[in-house]
Amino acid sequence: MKYIWRLLPISFILLLSGCGVENLSALDPRGPVAEMQYSLIQLSLYIMIFVLVVVFAIYIFVIIRFRERPGDTHIPKQVHGNRTLEIIWTTIPILLLLMLAIPNVMDTFTLADMSVDGGEEDGEEIDHVRIEVTAHQFWWEFEYPDLDVVAGQDMYIPTDTRILIELHSTDVQHSFWVPALAGKQDNVPGITNEMWLEAPEEGVYMGKCTELCGPSHWLMDFKVIAVDPDTFDTWATNMAEPPAHLAEPEGEVAVDGRGVFEESCISCHAVGDEGGNLGPDLTNFGEREVIAGYLDYDMDNLEAWLRDTEDLKPGNEMPSFNEDAINAEEMDALLEYLDSLKILEE
Amino acid sequence: MSYAKAQSKNVVWDWLTTVDHKKVGILYLAGGAFFFALGGIEAVLMRIQLMFPDLAIVQAQTFNELLTLHGTTMIFLAAMPLLFGFMNFIIPLQIGARDVAFPFLNALGFWLFFFGGLLLYVSLFTGGAPDAGWTAYVPLSSNSPGQGLDYYVLGLQVSGLGTLIGGINFLVTIINMRAPGMSMMRMPLFTWSSFVASMLILFAFPALTIGLLLLMLERLFGATYFAVDFGGNVIIWQHLFWIFGHPEVYILILPAFGIFSEVIPTFAKKRLFGYSAMVFATLIIGFLGFMVWAHHMFTVGMGPVANAIFAVATMAIAVPTGIKIFNWLLTLWGGRIQFTTANLFALGFLPSFVMGGVTGVMLATSAANYQFHDTYFVVAHFHYVIIGGVVLGIFAAAFYWWPKMFGYRLSETLGKWFFWLFLIGFHMTFFVQHFLGLMGMPRRVASFLPGQGLDAMNFISTLGAFLMSIAFIIFLIAIFASTKNRDNVQDPWDGRTLEWTVPTPVPEYNFAQTPLVRDLDPYWYEKHEGDGKIKAAEPLGEIHMPNATILPVTISAGLIVASFGFIYHILPLIIGGFIITFGAMFVRSVKEDHGYHIPVEDIKRDKEEGK
Repeated sequence: MKYIWRLLPISFILLLSGCGVENLSALDPRGPVAEMQYSLIQLSLYIMIFVLVVVFAIYIFVIIRFRERPGDTHIPKQVHGNRTLEIIWTTIPILLLLMLAIPNVMDTFTLADMSVDGGEEDGEEIDHVRIEVTAHQFWWEFEYPDLDVVAGQDMYIPTDTRILIELHSTDVQHSFWVPALAGKQDNVPGITNEMWLEAPEEGVYMGKCTELCGPSHWLMDFKVIAVDPDTFDTWATNMAEPPAHLAEPEGEVAVDGRGVFEESCISCHAVGDEGGNLGPDLTNFGEREVIAGYLDYDMDNLEAWLRDTEDLKPGNEMPSFNEDAINAEEMDALLEYLDSLKILEE
Repeated sequence: MSYAKAQSKNVVWDWLTTVDHKKVGILYLAGGAFFFALGGIEAVLMRIQLMFPDLAIVQAQTFNELLTLHGTTMIFLAAMPLLFGFMNFIIPLQIGARDVAFPFLNALGFWLFFFGGLLLYVSLFTGGAPDAGWTAYVPLSSNSPGQGLDYYVLGLQVSGLGTLIGGINFLVTIINMRAPGMSMMRMPLFTWSSFVASMLILFAFPALTIGLLLLMLERLFGATYFAVDFGGNVIIWQHLFWIFGHPEVYILILPAFGIFSEVIPTFAKKRLFGYSAMVFATLIIGFLGFMVWAHHMFTVGMGPVANAIFAVATMAIAVPTGIKIFNWLLTLWGGRIQFTTANLFALGFLPSFVMGGVTGVMLATSAANYQFHDTYFVVAHFHYVIIGGVVLGIFAAAFYWWPKMFGYRLSETLGKWFFWLFLIGFHMTFFVQHFLGLMGMPRRVASFLPGQGLDAMNFISTLGAFLMSIAFIIFLIAIFASTKNRDNVQDPWDGRTLEWTVPTPVPEYNFAQTPLVRDLDPYWYEKHEGDGKIKAAEPLGEIHMPNATILPVTISAGLIVASFGFIYHILPLIIGGFIITFGAMFVRSVKEDHGYHIPVEDIKRDKEEGK
C-alpha cells in the first residue's frame, strides 16, 4: 500500500493527459472557457501534488523510522511543540493558497463578464449570438431571440463566435453542462443565470443536466453543434422561415404523416411556426443524432419511443401512443414525415 | 430508592429507561450501527446498478430513493449517532464526571434520534421513500408526489431535535462538570473537538429546523415560500440547508479529529505535539465552517463577488487543517509507534484525508468548480473526507475504546484484515470517481450510457464497494468472535487520559472519588511523575445518581404519532401525539424525582472487588 500512495501523483498526471471521450471530457477542453478552467484545474492539481508529496514523504519516513521494534520499551521524549515549525507550516500553505486564489478570482470575474464591447483596445464589438436555454423535465429548449429561432435538444452555434447564454427553468432546478466547452451553470426556476462559451472548432459536443431533476435526470442529454458561421446562418434562416416541404410534404406517405402529426403531435410540438411549445421543437428533427436525448436515431427506436415513452424515459410528460391511437400504417407515415424534417440539406 | 432497587431485573426495560451516559452511549452506537448497515446496503445496491452501463437492476425512481436514503442515513442516522455514542461514553470519563449534565435529556436525545430515523424508514413501506437527494432541493422536493418527502421532513425534524438536545447537553457538561484541576487547556483533544462540534450543532441545527419547517408548511399546508409562481424563491432553501449543511460536515469531522488526537499519542507513546495549536486550529475550523456554506452553490448564480469571497474563505480552511495534519505527523516523529488496529486506522486516515483535503481546495477554486460541481468528482471528494476521515475515525475509536466499553479487546488479526480490506476497497471505490467526474459523469445518475468512456472505472469502483462490504462483515465477525477475550482489563493500551483510570466494566458512578487533575494527559503524568494512581479530589462519600425513567421514550413516541397525523392529515393523531408528548413533559415537570444515593459501603465493596 505504501508505494501505491507514492505512485498516486504520477498516475494522476498520466491519467489527466488524455482521459475520457472526445467532446465530453473536461480534461480535453475544446474552447477558451473550458481551457481556462482546465488550466486552473492543472494549477490547483500541481500545488496539491506538491502538498501531497511533502506530507507523504514525512509520513512514510516517520512510520518507518519510528516504528516500534521488537524489545524496544523506551519512553519517547514528551515534546510539547515547536513554535518555528508551527509558523512554517502555517505560512507556507497560505502562500500556496494565494498562488491559487489570485488566478481563481480573476477567472471567476472573467467568466462572469457578459459584455461584448471588445474591451478598451479597439472598441469593436465581439461577434456574438444570444441563446436562451430553458430546461424542462427532461429536455432542452434553445431560443435565439435575435434570430427568431426556437430549437429543441440540439444547440447549433457558429464557430469562433461568443455565445451568450441565459439560463431558465420552467419546472425544477437543472444544470447546463458541456464539459468540453464550459463548466456548468444552473437553470433555476424564477432566476435568470448567465454564462458564455466559444467553440473554435466545428464539432458535436455532448451536454448533460447535472442537477438531480427526477427519474430521467440521467437521460437529460443534449448536443451543442458547432458549425461554421455560414452554415449557421443558413440553419438560422431556415429555422426561422422553414422550407415549404415541412408543412406541405411532397411524398404521398409523408402527406399522410403530416396529417397524423397535425392530429396527435402538433398541440405540443412545433414544426416551423406552427405548433405548441410543451415539447421540443421538431423543425429539424430529421437531422438529430439521437431521439429523446439518447436513443440512436433510427426508425425502430423512434417507433419504440412513440409507443412507450414512459418506459424509455420515466417521468417525462409526453403521452405514449398505442395501436389504438396511431395504427401501424399511420405510424409508418408519421415516421416518414418526421424523418423528412430537415432544413440544412437542399 | 435504594441502590439495589435501581438495578432493574428486566434487561429490555433497563435499556428503555436508562439515563446512564454509558448505556445511552451504547444505545447510540447500536442505533448508529443499525442505520450504518442500512446505508451500506443502499450504497452497494447503487454500485451494483452502476457496475455496467445501462443496467436496469433498480428502476430510476428507486435509484433516486436509494441515493436519498443513503445520504440522509449516513449523515444523520449513522455517522452522527456513532460519534455521539463515543462522545456520550467517553467525555464524562475523560473530564472526570459522574454523568452528563442532563442525564434525562441525554436519553431523550437518543430516543428522538432513533424514532426519527425509524420514521424516515417507514416511508419504504408506505409507497415510496424520499427521492430528491439528501439535500432535498426545492422545487423537486416540494413538488415530489407521494409522502416520501413528508417522511423526510418530519423524520429529520424529530431526529434533529434529538441532536440539538445532545449538543447542548455536551456543552453544559464540558463547561460545568470538569474535575478539579482540569482547566479548558488540559482537556483531552477528543473532549475539545466534541465541545467545538457541539457549538456548531447549537448554531447550525436551527437553520435546518427552519428550513424543514418551511418545507413542511409548503408540502403539508400549501405555503408558498419556495413557489416561484407565487413570488417564492427556491434559493432560500439552498442557503438554509447549507448554512446547516456545511457546519454539519465539521460536526462530523471534528470529533473524528479528536479521536485521532487520542489514538495517535497513545500508540506513539508521546504527548500530542502542539496541543494549544491543535485546540486553536479546531476552534478556527469551527468558526470558518460557518463562513463557507455558499461554496456548495457556486453555480446557482450568486455572481462573481460572492463566488470569489466564498472561494477564498473556503481555501482558508486548509490552513488550520494543515496545522493539524503536521501536528499529528510530528506527534509520531520521535515516538515509538505501535501498529495496533486502532492506530492503523489513524495512520490510514492521514494520507486518505489529505487526499480528500486537497480535492477540497480544488473544489474551492470557484471558476474550476463550474466543471467539478455535481459530478462524480464531488462524490469522490466527500467520500474521501467522510469515509477517510469520519468513518476511519469511528473504526479507530471502536478498536481503541472497545475494551473500556465492553470489557474485551477486538481481535487484532481480524481487525487487521478488516483494516486493509476496507482501506484498499475504499480507495478503489472512490479514487477513480475523481476521473469519472471530470470525464463527464454527473452525480446522482441512475445509470450511464455505454460509449462514453465511463465503463471501466465504474466497474472498478463497484468492485471496491464489494471489498468494503466484505471488510465490514469481517468487523461484525470480529465483534462476536472476540468476546472470548473478555478480561475486563482496566488500561489495555497504556493510556494517557482519565477514562483509563476507572475500572472495567465502568461502575455506574464512574469515579468512586472525583479525580484531581494535575496535568494534560493526567494518567500518563501520574504514571511517570507520581505513583501511578490518580489523586482524589474528595473523600469517599455517598454518590447521588438520577433515577431511570421511561418518559424520554414516551415523549419521543408521542412526536412520532403526531408526525403520522401530519403526514396523513389525521387531526386526532396529531392531537393525540401532542397529548402524549406534552403530557409526559408535564409529568416530568411536576413529579418530584430526587434520584437515589449509593451508600459508601457499596462503593467500598466495589473497590475491594476491584470493580
